[in-house]
Amino acid sequence: MFYREAGQFKTSYAADQTVFPIVQDRWGVAAMVAIAFVGVPLVASEYMLQAVLIPFLIFALAAIGLNLLTGYCGQVSLGTGGFMMVGGYMTYKLTTTFPDVNILIVFVFAGLCAALVGFVFGLPSLRIKGFYLAVATLAAQFFLGWTFNKVGWFYNYNPSGTITAPPRELFGITITGPTASAEVRYLVVLCIVAVFAMMAKNLVRGRVGRSWMAIRDMDIAAEIIGIQPIRTKLMAFTISSFYCGVAGAMMVFLWLGSAETEAFDINQSFLVLFMVIIGGLGSILGSFLGAAFVIITPIILTNAPPMFGIDLPIDLQKHIEIMLFGSLIVFFLIVEPHGLARLWQIAKEKLRLWPFPY
Amino acid sequence: MKLKTLILAGIAGATGLSAVAASPALAQGDQFFPMLVYRTGPYAPSGIPVANGFRDYYTLINNRDGGINGVKISFEECETEYNTKLGVECYEKLKNNGSTGASLFNPYSTGITYQLIPKAAVDEVPILSMGYGRTAAADGRVFEWVFNFPTTYWSQASAFINYVAQQEGGFEKLKGMKIAHVHHNSAYGKEANPTLEALAKKFGYKLTLLAVDHPGQEQKATWLQIRRLKPDWVFMSGWGVMNQVAIKEAASINFKMDNFVGNWWSGSDADVIPAGKGAVGYKSATFHGPGAAWQVHKDIVKHVYGGDESKAKANNVGEVLYNRAVVNAMFGVEAIRTAQGKFGNKAMTGKQVRWGLENLNITEARLKDLGMEGFTRAVKVSCIDHETGGPIVIQQWDGAKWSIVSDWIPTLRDVVRPMVETAAANYAAENKITPRTCN
Amino acid sequence: MLYDVLIAPFLDMADSPVFFAEVVIVGLLTGVMYSLVALGFVLIFKASGVFNFAQGVMVLFAALTLVGLMEHGVPTWLALILTVVIMVVLAYGIEWFMLRRLVNQEGIILFMATIGLSFVLQGLGETMWGSNVKALDIGIPDASFEVSGILLNEFDLFAAASGAVLVAVLAVFFHYTRIGRALRAVADDHQAALSVGIPLKTIWVIVWAVAGMVGLVAGIMWGAKSGVQFSLSLIALKALPVLILGGFTSVPGAIVGGLIIGVGEKVAEIYWGPLFGGAIENWFAYVLALVFLLFRPQGLFGERIIERV
Repeated sequence: MFYREAGQFKTSYAADQTVFPIVQDRWGVAAMVAIAFVGVPLVASEYMLQAVLIPFLIFALAAIGLNLLTGYCGQVSLGTGGFMMVGGYMTYKLTTTFPDVNILIVFVFAGLCAALVGFVFGLPSLRIKGFYLAVATLAAQFFLGWTFNKVGWFYNYNPSGTITAPPRELFGITITGPTASAEVRYLVVLCIVAVFAMMAKNLVRGRVGRSWMAIRDMDIAAEIIGIQPIRTKLMAFTISSFYCGVAGAMMVFLWLGSAETEAFDINQSFLVLFMVIIGGLGSILGSFLGAAFVIITPIILTNAPPMFGIDLPIDLQKHIEIMLFGSLIVFFLIVEPHGLARLWQIAKEKLRLWPFPY
Repeated sequence: MKLKTLILAGIAGATGLSAVAASPALAQGDQFFPMLVYRTGPYAPSGIPVANGFRDYYTLINNRDGGINGVKISFEECETEYNTKLGVECYEKLKNNGSTGASLFNPYSTGITYQLIPKAAVDEVPILSMGYGRTAAADGRVFEWVFNFPTTYWSQASAFINYVAQQEGGFEKLKGMKIAHVHHNSAYGKEANPTLEALAKKFGYKLTLLAVDHPGQEQKATWLQIRRLKPDWVFMSGWGVMNQVAIKEAASINFKMDNFVGNWWSGSDADVIPAGKGAVGYKSATFHGPGAAWQVHKDIVKHVYGGDESKAKANNVGEVLYNRAVVNAMFGVEAIRTAQGKFGNKAMTGKQVRWGLENLNITEARLKDLGMEGFTRAVKVSCIDHETGGPIVIQQWDGAKWSIVSDWIPTLRDVVRPMVETAAANYAAENKITPRTCN
Repeated sequence: MLYDVLIAPFLDMADSPVFFAEVVIVGLLTGVMYSLVALGFVLIFKASGVFNFAQGVMVLFAALTLVGLMEHGVPTWLALILTVVIMVVLAYGIEWFMLRRLVNQEGIILFMATIGLSFVLQGLGETMWGSNVKALDIGIPDASFEVSGILLNEFDLFAAASGAVLVAVLAVFFHYTRIGRALRAVADDHQAALSVGIPLKTIWVIVWAVAGMVGLVAGIMWGAKSGVQFSLSLIALKALPVLILGGFTSVPGAIVGGLIIGVGEKVAEIYWGPLFGGAIENWFAYVLALVFLLFRPQGLFGERIIERV
C-alpha cells in the first residue's frame, strides 16, 4: 500500500541509476541512518554497544570486504583473519611509531599494508581456482599468524607479543584506548563503516564491479571479451584486503582494546565467510544482514533461556546454542541458498503488491 | 509461506534481543562474583575443574558461614569458550550485576586478561589474575587495578632454575648445562622466555626455545629436536591438548621424566591421564597442595555435597585445577573480608575490593582458620608489589595422583623484579599512564 | 644468512645421516596419520562433490562415541560395533536432513552447510559425552625401540599399518565391488548415474557412512595420542594441505600427499625451523602444497580440470 513506485518518474539517466531508485527506499535508508547516528547512542546501553553493535558493524565491514572478493569476483578466500591481523598489527606499529598522526589516517595506511599483503597472496589465484584456492589462502592465514607472533618488531618487542590500543584523540575527543566511551567508539565505527559501505556500493555498480562479476560468472568468457583476469582478480584481492585490514584495525582499536594473534585465528576467517554466504553472495546489504545474523543469533540464544526462566547448566546451554546455530545455518541454506539479501528482495516484491497481490 | 515463518522467527529473535537489555535483578545486598568460565570448547578439560572450584568455595562460604561476615555471596557463570571476543561480552554483561557491581574478575585466560587490564581502571573493577596474565602487572604503581599474587610466570621460571640448581647441587653447576623450554606459541607461552634468557646469561646454561603452534596436536618435530639436543632439563609452558601430547611424546622418546617439569598450567589431572603410564614421573610447578585430604575439602564435601564423596569426586574435588580455583576464590573472599574491616560489613564495591586486595594479609594462622594450613602459603600484598613473588613447589605424578616432591622453592626476586619494573614502565609510557607513588 | 638457509642445513643432514633418516621416517609415519584424516574428505568429495568441512568433527564425534561407550562399561569390540552403527545412522540423518534438500546447489553452499553440520555434531557429541578429556586405550602397544640408532614407536607403526590396510581395502572396494563401481559412476556424473538407475541417495548414505568409519579410525589413532577432546576436530586443518596437494578426488593422492607433507614439514621444522624461531611447520605445509599447486592446479592426482566457454 505504501511501498509503491507508481507516479515516480525517472526523467534523467542519473535519476535512473541512483543507488536507491525508489523514494520509499531513500526515506527508509535515511531513517535507518538517522536512527543509527542519533537514536542508538542515546538509547543503547553499554552492553548493547560493546557486545552487539560495535562488533556487528566491524564484522559487517569485514564481510563487505570478503563479499567484494568472494561474492562479486568469485574467489573464495579463507585468509580474512590474516588480512584483518595485518590491519590490526600495522595500526599498532604505525601509531606507536608516529603517535601524532591522526588515528584515522593510520587506519587507512594499515589498510594499505593489508592491501599489499592481499595482493601478494592473491597471486596464486591466477592459476588456482575453487576450493584449491580456498585452501591455498589458508597459507596466508597461517603464515601471517606465525609472522606477527614471531617478529618482535611488529609489537615493539614487548615480552608477551600482545598489542594494546593506546589512547588517541580525534578533534579533542578520545576515541581509542580504555578511556574512550562506548558511544564515541560506536559513532566512529559507524562513520567509517558507512563511508566504506557507500564506496563499496559504488564500486560494484561501476566498471570495476562489472568486470569482477564477469570473471565470477565465467572467467574464460570474460577474458575473451577483453577483461584481464590478472588485473581484475588482483584488484579484487587488494581492495578486499584493504577493507579487511581496516576492519581488523577497528577491531583492535575500537572494540577489543588489545589483541594477540589468536584473536584473528582461522575461526575468524570462517565467521566472516559465514556472514557473506548467509547474508548473500554479491550483495552489500547482505553483508550487513549476514553480520547481524552471525553476531546477534548466538547472543540471543545465550540470553534467551534465562529470560524464560529456564535454568540450564551453562555448558548444556552452550551446546544447545551451538547446535541451534548450526541448524539455523543449514536451515537458511536450504530455504534460501542465495542468502538473507535475497529474502529481503522477495519480501520487497511482495510488499509492492500488498495487500492486493492479484 | 516460508517467508512468513522467517518473519515470525525474526520477530521472535528481536523480542529476545530487546529482553537481553534488562538483566535479571539480584537479591539486595549480595556480594556479587562474576565467573568467566569455559565448560566447553578446546580448553574445557581445564575450565571445568576451575569453574567447579570457584562455585564450590562460594557455596561453602554461604552454607557454612552464612556468607562473608553475614553478606551472602551471589555468583553467575558466563561461558567464554576461552574466546577473547566472548570474554568481552561476558564482561559487559556481568560487570554491573549484583547490588554493588562485580567484586572482581578472575578471567582464567591470558587473552581475556590482557583485554580487561585497560578496562579495569576505567570501570573500577579489580582483576585478580592469579598466576597468569600480564606479568608486568606485578608493579602496582602502574597497574593499580590488577593483581597477580601469589607469584607470576617470570618468578616461576626463576624458581624453576633455582630448583634445577638445587637438584644439580648449586648454581655453579648450571654452567654449560642444556635446558630446553617447550612453549605454546602464544602470548602466554612466551611469557617465561625473557626470564629464562636473562638467567641463562647470568648462570651460563644453554637455553633452547622450542615453540609449538596452537593447538599442538602434532609435536613429533619438537621432540625429535629434543632427542638430538639431549637437554639436561626440559621446562614446558603448555596449555590444553599440547600438554597431553607433549607428555606422551616425551615418554615415547624415552626422555627422563624426572627432568621434565611443566609450569603450573601444564600439570593438571587432565594433562597426565591420557598419556597413561607414560606420564609417571612427570613433574610440574604449583603453589598449592594436591589432593582432597585438606580440611577445606572436608568442609566442601560436608557443606556443599552433603557428605556425598562420590558426587564430590565427580565434580573434580581435589584435582589440581580445582584446588587452584579454591585458593583463588579464597583470596577473593578474604580480600572482601579485609575491605569489610575498613568499610563495614556490607557488600563491597569494586573500589573497596581493590583496597582489600591491596591490603590483603593472609597469615599462616589465618590459613589454619580457613582449613588451608600447608595447602598454600601466607601472602601479603602491598601497594607497590601486586605479586609478592611467592615460592613455588614441585609436584610429581605417580600414575594415580600428584604428590609434592620438593620444599617451597624461593623465586629469584633480584632478577625478576627489575624486569617487571622495566616492562611496567614501558607499558606506562606507551599508554600514557602516570604511575602513582606508593607510600 | 644465505649460507645459513641454503647450505648449513644440508651439511647438518649429511653430518648425521642416521638422525636424518629418523626425521624422514617420522615424517612418513606422521604423513600417514594426516592421510587418515584426508581420506574422509576425499571419499565424500569424490562421490558427492561436497567439500565436507565437518570431517574433523566427525573424527571427534566418532572417537567421543567410542570412548563414551567404553566409559559406560561396554566392552571394546561391542563399543566399536555400536560406534559404526551410530556413524551409519548419522549418515542417514545427514542425507535425509541436509543433502537431499541441497541437491544441485553450488559447491560453496554445500561447503557452508557442512560447517553448519560441524556445529551441530560438536554440540551433540559434547552434550552426549561431556567436554572433559577422556583417555582412549584400546590396547595398541606403544613402546619405543631402537633399530640401528633410529628410534621407532610401536604405536606409530601400527597406525601406519592400519592406514595402509584402510587404503588397500578402500581401493579394492572402489574398483572391484558393485557399490564401488556405482560410486565411481556417481562421482563422474550425477545425472548419467541416475539415468542408468544408480540410486543416488543410497550411494550418498554409503559414502558418508564410510567416511564416518574412516573418521573413527583416524579418531582412534589421534585420540590415543592426545586423549579424546574437542581439539581432536582441529586435525582437519592438518589434513587440508594434504588434500590439495594430493587432489580432492584421489584416494592414492591423499596417501602420497600425506607422505610428502609429513616429510616436508618435519625436515623443514628441524633443519630450517631454528633459523626462523621455530613452529614453522603449520604454515610450511600449506606453502609446500601451494608450490605444488602452482604446477598442477588440480593437485598431484586430481582429475584434470577442463574448462570450456
